[in-house]
Amino acid sequence: MNVIGIFLAASLTDNVLLMRFLGLCPFIGMSADVNKSVGMGLAVTFVMVMATAVTWPLYHFLLVPLELTFLQILVFILVIASLVQLVEFFLKKNVPSLYASMGIYLPLITTNCAILAVTFDNISKGYGLLESVVYAVGVAFGFLVAMVLMAGIRSRLRTAPVPKFLEGTPILFAATSLLATAFMGFSGLIK
Amino acid sequence: MQRLWKIFSKGIVYENPLLMLMIGLCSAVAVTSSVANAVGMGGAMTFVIVFAELVISLFRKLIPNDARIPIFIIVIAAFTTIIDLSMKAYLPELSKSLGVFIPLIVVNCIIMGRVEAFASKEKPLDAVVDALGMGVGYTWVLIGIAAFRELLGNGTLFAAQVMPEAFQPILFFTLPPGGFMVFALFISFNIWLKKAMERRAAAPAKEAA
Repeated sequence: MNVIGIFLAASLTDNVLLMRFLGLCPFIGMSADVNKSVGMGLAVTFVMVMATAVTWPLYHFLLVPLELTFLQILVFILVIASLVQLVEFFLKKNVPSLYASMGIYLPLITTNCAILAVTFDNISKGYGLLESVVYAVGVAFGFLVAMVLMAGIRSRLRTAPVPKFLEGTPILFAATSLLATAFMGFSGLIK
Repeated sequence: MQRLWKIFSKGIVYENPLLMLMIGLCSAVAVTSSVANAVGMGGAMTFVIVFAELVISLFRKLIPNDARIPIFIIVIAAFTTIIDLSMKAYLPELSKSLGVFIPLIVVNCIIMGRVEAFASKEKPLDAVVDALGMGVGYTWVLIGIAAFRELLGNGTLFAAQVMPEAFQPILFFTLPPGGFMVFALFISFNIWLKKAMERRAAAPAKEAA
């Protein structure tokens, strides 16, 4: 499969939030306004690409030759957790303005299942390093798009009359359902 | 006994991890397209949370406060690996249809949340009871959603035909959007259930007053 195909599939037809249900916690928790959702989306993109660039070589050049592949879960989660810490320290010291806007989202990313899932996918789908990175960028882009769309919907919902039994969180999921239906329209895009 | 029952039962309605606390959502919507998957996922999840809470509660006095998060992650990852490899070996079909969601138990916020908020402070017995309550609370929601979706979307339960021949399966419910919609209705139902239970609990108190 070519690189553009991987990108489109990862971002639209297999949208990580709406089609594969990964990373729903920040999706519901962080989509209250557009700025926050963009911040979260960018932070996820950053960590996802970094995590892919680190875990892929680690798996193929260290775990496979040493026959330690059963440690995959343990190693990957530790890599992601320490990566998030490193990124946090780095931003705090060198780019304080970016840290101020992104800082609060970073610790939350460790438990974002989308990132761990992407690193597993890259291994199980047998992608090369370049394909893996493209896949990670695609997934992250899909995440960002869905977050921003949801933030837009929520700002409209605030003034909309909502049926009584759906008030609060239920309406968010009902709206997500409709958004997911819209995304199903992309399914013919890739054969 | 009553105290343990209280710890156990709060996970089922009042502090239901999925419907009330809104954590660990990803797997809940993803694996509920069939009841068999929901049972498998609920079982795996309960196994990991029970053993993670037990181990961390046993070692709670030895775990240094500053290093607790990495230690919790390692313990949870170890049990997740155990269940992942066991399922691959003994239940290969179930493991294949659950796919990436079994390894993803490691980042399930329910486990991390309970370990941090409960097991790291309480006695082992209490921690296990708490874990069982959360596990059952998670599993009933999963099975409920899955039964709803499989019945309407496929006309089957556990892959056995239940609905009459004339029933036209509603494909919507097996697709991702259907999962979100049914989940929305379940949250709405649980909020109603909680209010109803609170009213019932308040009624005799009012009579006495």
